[in-house]
Amino acid sequence: MADRAPAPDTPELRARWGDFAWTEANAAEVPKIVARYPPGRQRSAVMPLLDLAQRQVGAETNTQGWLPIPVIEFVARELGMPAIRVLEVASFYTMYNLSPVGRFHVQVCGTTPCMLRGSDDILAACTKRGMSKGHISDDGLWSLTEVECMGNCASAPMVQINDDNYEDLTAETFDKILDGLAVGGRPKPGTQAPGRHTVEPLGGPTTLREMVSANHDYRGEW
Amino acid sequence: MPKVTVDGIEIDVPTGATVLQACELAGKEIPRFCYHERLSIAGNCRMCLVEVKPGPPKPQASCALPAAEGQAIFTATPMVQKAREGVMEFLLINHPLDCPICDQGGECDLQDQAMAYGRGASRYDENKRAVTEKYMGPLIKTAMTRCIHCTRCVRFSEEIAGVDEIGALYRGEAMQITSYLEKAVQHELSANVVDLCPVGALTSKPYAFEARPWELKKTLSIDVSDAVGSNIRIDSRGREVLRALPRINDDVNEEWLSDKGRHCVDGLTRRRLDRPWIRQKGKLVEATWDEAFGVIAKAKPGASIAAVAGDLVDCETLFAAKKLVGALGSTLLEGRQTGLDYDATNLAAVNFNSTFAGIETADAILIVGSMVRWEAPLINVRLRKAAKRGAKVFVVGPHWETTFAAEFLGDDVGVLGDLPEHVSEAMASARRPAVILGGGGLAKGALAPLLALASEWNLVRELEDGAKWNGFNVLHMAASRMGGLMLGYAKKGGIADIAKASPKVVLALGADEVDWSAFGSSLKVYIGHHGDKGAHAADVILPGAAWTEKAGTFVNTEGRVQFAEKAVFAPGDAREDWTILRALADALGVSVGFDTFEALRAAMVAEVPALGREGLANYGALPKPKKAAKAKAAQIGYPIKDFYLTNAICRASPTMQRCSAELLHGEDLAEAAE
Repeated sequence: MADRAPAPDTPELRARWGDFAWTEANAAEVPKIVARYPPGRQRSAVMPLLDLAQRQVGAETNTQGWLPIPVIEFVARELGMPAIRVLEVASFYTMYNLSPVGRFHVQVCGTTPCMLRGSDDILAACTKRGMSKGHISDDGLWSLTEVECMGNCASAPMVQINDDNYEDLTAETFDKILDGLAVGGRPKPGTQAPGRHTVEPLGGPTTLREMVSANHDYRGEW
Repeated sequence: MPKVTVDGIEIDVPTGATVLQACELAGKEIPRFCYHERLSIAGNCRMCLVEVKPGPPKPQASCALPAAEGQAIFTATPMVQKAREGVMEFLLINHPLDCPICDQGGECDLQDQAMAYGRGASRYDENKRAVTEKYMGPLIKTAMTRCIHCTRCVRFSEEIAGVDEIGALYRGEAMQITSYLEKAVQHELSANVVDLCPVGALTSKPYAFEARPWELKKTLSIDVSDAVGSNIRIDSRGREVLRALPRINDDVNEEWLSDKGRHCVDGLTRRRLDRPWIRQKGKLVEATWDEAFGVIAKAKPGASIAAVAGDLVDCETLFAAKKLVGALGSTLLEGRQTGLDYDATNLAAVNFNSTFAGIETADAILIVGSMVRWEAPLINVRLRKAAKRGAKVFVVGPHWETTFAAEFLGDDVGVLGDLPEHVSEAMASARRPAVILGGGGLAKGALAPLLALASEWNLVRELEDGAKWNGFNVLHMAASRMGGLMLGYAKKGGIADIAKASPKVVLALGADEVDWSAFGSSLKVYIGHHGDKGAHAADVILPGAAWTEKAGTFVNTEGRVQFAEKAVFAPGDAREDWTILRALADALGVSVGFDTFEALRAAMVAEVPALGREGLANYGALPKPKKAAKAKAAQIGYPIKDFYLTNAICRASPTMQRCSAELLHGEDLAEAAE
């Protein structure tokens, strides 16, 4: 796991984020989220609210968003929780960014299946664009993190960029996706392999073939 | 009552007990780190694994497993042994082998249990994890690499102290215990996490690298920093008291101790009065005992002598002074230094009658003029427990930060005559109603109106189960208060009566909070241990012993008589107070009737038998309320302005000064100290 630490609690940070408040749209969303949980258990809403706050910070800074300390304290006040309890949650889950990220947070899976299928090439493509792990690229577009298994091994190698997964990548298709993102487009998420829709086997099923067209009773063949 | 078998021993355990408790009942020792009797169950250290049948064929964490009918528990099978060795090996993977430079060495749970249950040698040769130190304030020294993540400190802050400031950040191997943003932990019980920490991650900062536990002489004593009378153990080496630790007493302090009681002891070696002084031409000059006694004898007090007791004195000193003053024919005795003049004819009316353990069970509590958190932090813990059980708490007095849900009814004591509907309703309908009257309320004459309310609400009653309940409580702040009142240290008009009598000689028994300007013509003889406010005003200073330097009897605010033992000798020419008073009797040519400490104590017990018996004194029934007892409008002010500097010992203690400067006055000393 990458080293994570909350961005230092400086006067500048306080000045920038000290008066954080929900936007009108989010303010309308918050009671709905809190109402999902039984009365007296409003603290359960801490994770969705942190997510909402991170997205709002993202919208304000035109990045994926992150959670400055004052924003974490704001969420704590919203839910009547001690700030340390909210910070515990925010620091536990890697989906919450504790320090600023770029416009696109590129999370490259480097666990064994992805590595065997070529995640090293993907990382090399990232480096070529000026990304380095744990840093924001100079143009402010990219943040790079190498992450552990994201559960897309059947379509390895994969990369998660903000809310979307891009799978079955090669260095070329990955480059094209980054190009598309850089100019403000939204490349099709999911598998990038031609002829594949999700994670079905390439070239038709390899097991349970008789089941494709109709139900089939295999029990006699056991 | 489930019946279980532990290693072949059949026992009945209480319903709701855990397997670990069952094993303890059967006399088996179960190693543990995260489990603690007074905290919630976490079950994360896995050291308490045992084999339980019926159940899955694997070891189970006994601290989190309820004991059930017919269970067979095994604590010494090869499976259990192997499991413990495995857990211990994992715990030690990232634990540094720095016991020789660790302050916990010699009293470390991990050290002891590694010896008893570990494998003996490590098989781990990867790199160890290292964690940066965290700043947690002036009392707690951290070495977080040693932390084994038992989370006892986190649970203590959240559950007992009620101030959520410690937490576990990050996850897995990267998990770290820290205070929020590494700020100092801001509550009055923070140093208790040092006792709770089973390893050397949190140790005492003022005591760092001072001593090893086996070098220390342990003496049983009583805390005098407030009127709770916490049971403590004084650890001393040679003539110096090095630390104070709480002892377990479920009736008084459970097993906690306030930061002040724990860390004021380094004031015992500073600013001490170690020789007599006399004032000549407006300046204090050193003197011999004979010269000092000569000055007092020359004043020829006769019956014009008074004794004013300070907050830290023991009953023996009070009694010796009373005898001396009495032998000279005076009855001018007062202990309420700051001018309180409440009616002390019936001690039940100024006692914490519900007891500390009892207040936990109250279901409606009205606090009048008491900032409990500062005046008695350990009672605040009890109040928090009561509130967690659903008690409604109302406070009359200026706002303070409670650690439980409480409703503030305004600053004016006059509100007692006109309580809001829902408050009277809650108090009247409660099954165990209680009131707590503090010094701020006593000063504004709230005692009589509150006694009237007590009879209106029927605070003294018999409960459904036949137990007696007396919910009328007065919370004092001085360790000597109840003892002083039992020995008659109370004039009708308080200390103003003493000043009015303008005695020729005033004996100030460690009285540092008195406004001495009212005693202009009197010869002020200060018998005490610290060069503080009282000594500054004195004409003659006779150096006495601090509470650790003499045996003594203390009565806490619930009327519990407790004995403290002598841990060390007083410095220099200082003497135990009763011997000073005995010698002074000779100098003044009267007899006080005792020559030894035993004789003094026997005489005291003969006069006030309750002081001879350890435990709660019986003060009888509450007085009948006066008819015209109506609370006059008056703003309540809390007497304690600075929690860490309430008595002469604290004011001399660098640790307490630092706590005050940093925690209360926000001075940034963190960096300078490192």
